[in-house]
Amino acid sequence: MLHTIIKKNSYQDSVNLMLLTNAVSVIEGVEKIQVMMGTPANKDILSAAGLYTDELADAGANDMCIVLDTDNEEKVDEVLAAVDEYLNNQAISKSGNDFETVRTFDKAMKTMPDANLAVISVAGQYAANEADKALDNGLNVFMFSDNVSFEDERRLKEKAHDKGLLVMGPDCGTGVISGIPIAFTNVVKEGNIGIVGASGTGIQEVTTIIDRLGGGVVHALGTGGRDLSDKIGAITMMDAIKALENHNPTEVITIISKPPAKEVRDRVVQLLRSLSKPVVTIFLGEKPEKHEGNVYQAYTLEETARISVDLAKGNEIKEDYNAVDVAVDNVQLTPEQTSIKGFYSGGTLGYEAATLLSDALSLEKGKAAEGFLLQANGHEIADLGDDIYTQGKPHPMIDPDTRVNFMEKAADDESTAVVLFDVVLGYGSHSDMAGALLPSIQRIKSNVEAKGRNVYFVATVCGTEQDPQDYQDQRQKLEQAGVIVRDSNNQAVRTALSIIGLTVNDVKKQHVEYTGEVAQEDLSISPELDKLINSKPVVVNIGLKSFTEPVVKYGGRVVHYDWRPVAGGNERMAKILNLLNSYSK
Amino acid sequence: MNYNTIDEANRAVLDKIVGSQPFLVDVVPAKSVISELNNGKVILHAGPPIKWEDMTGPMQGSCVGAALFEEWADNEDDARNMLANGEVEFIPCHHVNAVGPMGGITTANFPVFVVENRSEGNEAYCIMNEGIGKVLRFGAFSEEVINRLIWMRDVLGPTLSKALKIKGDGLNLNVMIAKAITMGDEFHQRNIAASLIFLKEVAPLIVQIEGLSDKDQQDVLQFLADTDQFFLNVMMAASKAVMDGARKVQDGTVVTAMCRNGKDFGIRISGMGDQWFTAPVNTPQGLFFTGYSQEDANTDIGDSAITETIGVGGFAMIAAPGVTRFVGAGGFDDALKTSNEMLEICIDQNPNWAIPTWDFQGACLGIDARKVVETGIEPVINTGIAHKQAGLGQIGAGTVRAPLACFEKAIEAYAEKLGLI
Repeated sequence: MLHTIIKKNSYQDSVNLMLLTNAVSVIEGVEKIQVMMGTPANKDILSAAGLYTDELADAGANDMCIVLDTDNEEKVDEVLAAVDEYLNNQAISKSGNDFETVRTFDKAMKTMPDANLAVISVAGQYAANEADKALDNGLNVFMFSDNVSFEDERRLKEKAHDKGLLVMGPDCGTGVISGIPIAFTNVVKEGNIGIVGASGTGIQEVTTIIDRLGGGVVHALGTGGRDLSDKIGAITMMDAIKALENHNPTEVITIISKPPAKEVRDRVVQLLRSLSKPVVTIFLGEKPEKHEGNVYQAYTLEETARISVDLAKGNEIKEDYNAVDVAVDNVQLTPEQTSIKGFYSGGTLGYEAATLLSDALSLEKGKAAEGFLLQANGHEIADLGDDIYTQGKPHPMIDPDTRVNFMEKAADDESTAVVLFDVVLGYGSHSDMAGALLPSIQRIKSNVEAKGRNVYFVATVCGTEQDPQDYQDQRQKLEQAGVIVRDSNNQAVRTALSIIGLTVNDVKKQHVEYTGEVAQEDLSISPELDKLINSKPVVVNIGLKSFTEPVVKYGGRVVHYDWRPVAGGNERMAKILNLLNSYSK
Repeated sequence: MNYNTIDEANRAVLDKIVGSQPFLVDVVPAKSVISELNNGKVILHAGPPIKWEDMTGPMQGSCVGAALFEEWADNEDDARNMLANGEVEFIPCHHVNAVGPMGGITTANFPVFVVENRSEGNEAYCIMNEGIGKVLRFGAFSEEVINRLIWMRDVLGPTLSKALKIKGDGLNLNVMIAKAITMGDEFHQRNIAASLIFLKEVAPLIVQIEGLSDKDQQDVLQFLADTDQFFLNVMMAASKAVMDGARKVQDGTVVTAMCRNGKDFGIRISGMGDQWFTAPVNTPQGLFFTGYSQEDANTDIGDSAITETIGVGGFAMIAAPGVTRFVGAGGFDDALKTSNEMLEICIDQNPNWAIPTWDFQGACLGIDARKVVETGIEPVINTGIAHKQAGLGQIGAGTVRAPLACFEKAIEAYAEKLGLI
């Protein structure tokens, strides 16, 4: 049966009433309903829909007409109530973002004309092209993307250098620019230490330790892991070093590098000797024996951080930062249990573990299978972030599965005495990796205990109190599961070694004056670089949307470029576009 | 190619758009300005070329209505036979300097707006809006529909013509558009402000017409006052005039027309002249009157996407945030998002048409077919939705996207023309 409600002099526009009709037509027991203003044309529509009633004759163009078909008279009041509620609550909740999202580079630059940093995280094959565009627009580049060729890397870095810009990366996972965390990064207190690093987790380990020691970092400029290779020649690192030399708030410069090419290393050190500021260096794998002039040389990442903090605070530099008391009481192992199995999500942390193990075991650098940093005498250190483990799978900083599989296998191996691992916190990492690993660790421990063995789990948590994850909570969770948690990777590795009765041969380092030649270096920097290090970056974020989060939170400005392959990846169309765009008569 | 680069050519097209001067100068019988309509039985239709048997229900219904209106037949069956047996020639409106809404059906005795683009000296034509409800453009052809068309032919058209003659130099449409865009119109789904401005301009002229009966005067003013979308057809003619003037630059990748015939979506680009690049049309999504649903919706139809081509309609959603609600429970942010997205495929913004709700940024200007292909962002079109059966008329309104394939074909053809592939 048809019922008519006429709300006199109650005008709403037609779109609104169509939405209202949709909203009330879901009321159960209402066969059909239409809400319209009483214009002649609308009355025709109502009659075409079989909803015409005589009451409508009196309704005018400013009267709202509600006609419903229902067998239940009570529904009329329900509908009227629903209509009133709808009309009273028309405001649409705002889903506002703190940044704009665009779909082209041009639009990004129009939206943020003063942008000076492109953060690129698109698939490797497209990354170089985006970096070119960024440089052409006068932007510095932070290139998170990997799988960029040496040729492209060199070309881009030379182009940037010529333009007075910086290319951080490719494969640059982490960075801090003017206190703003970029990409997969820990939140570190600001201070007077400036870092240049050719190692992502190396930077993370050093910055987090600095932070927990009460120091602070103003910049951590990543260069990409290949910057100190002979093919690239440290183009980025040298420009970044000069930038920090010119940056007044930076009082200590800290250099972190994976094993470099010899001549490139020497070139970098030559530049460092010409600086006015004290410098701490770590070239992973090298075991320095002294500090010389303004250059302090570290063996471990922890030592790097500690020397940096002491320099930054004006403290005296100690002879040895590495030897710490890490003894574990009452170790109970079977005679077969002699090996350490290290499963790292951070490549440089794994490398450091392999270095310390080799040192303690007096091993020559041997060949390890792909994906392993060390395999000797039953010991294993695996870099689970290596491509061979991450193809088609999430990175171990995000997903615990690969690591759990390795841990289970290690526990089945009767020679395993210690399982060593890292938990890396910060933006981009799992929100609760300790919690995710916990059930598996507990299960593995109880399984081996049932077989009458003890396997020791030793871990380090790389993070700060300010990180999005709760640093203390992560430590506590691991400790409750019986994991021995140490403050640094250095200490964790030494703990593992001590469990099987080994120690590292530490060197006490003296400070000596540098007596060699100091080259005359041009230490001046471009206005663009000066701006990059003296102000909060204005970011065009190309690729992963989540990278906007820390920038916004820590006071940077960002426009997100929701990047897609040109022409949706249609190669023929991309080629035609390219031809048309570069056409000239 | 007369320009050094495609960007330069496109700039030349844009300069002509921005510099255009469309004036509404007259309302005349279509046959007096479109000579093709004088050669036997000819029907103009919306979209790229289409055969009778491929037309969807509403367009066929409109053709039946036109045959009845022109008195080629006096019943539906005879009309359909005549339309099917090849006796009637079909020509796209776009081929004769015209555009038509929905079916776009236009025959000799339809009164049409005449818009003169004084910067380029060209003209464009469009039939007048019939109002809402049962109307020819949605395929209705009942007696009521035909009677209204006869009244428009005999009273409305001549009256507006006389009014415009009293005005003398025509109505400056750029000015009216610029005003209305600040009053919440986007000129496709919403034209109420522009229609009122139109009424404001012509009412004082209409009352000056000598010999106009009181009844006719009352009927005309009432019709204009009642017809919220009256200006849509003026806007279409203006857009056509401007885009045709601009495409005298025969280079570049600026989209100069978008239209649909219910089967195909067709576009033209500046560098490829009159050639159509087509792909199957999509079906609009939106809100429906009671008793109708998405299943009843006809495929996309009409030349009205000429408004999006010039940078308004769906592209100017931000000027008319209320219209956004046709795409669901959209609000101001969605309107903003839509216009911002469309800006990504346009080359510039039109300083003549500043949009207050967009911080006075100009309306979108110049869709670049290259950008559409590069980003995969398909132009959004605000549109009425016809019932797929003839005669049932409008059943809702919503939005629809132009298919990407048209743009891919266009740039491919242009690259070929330039000898690049």
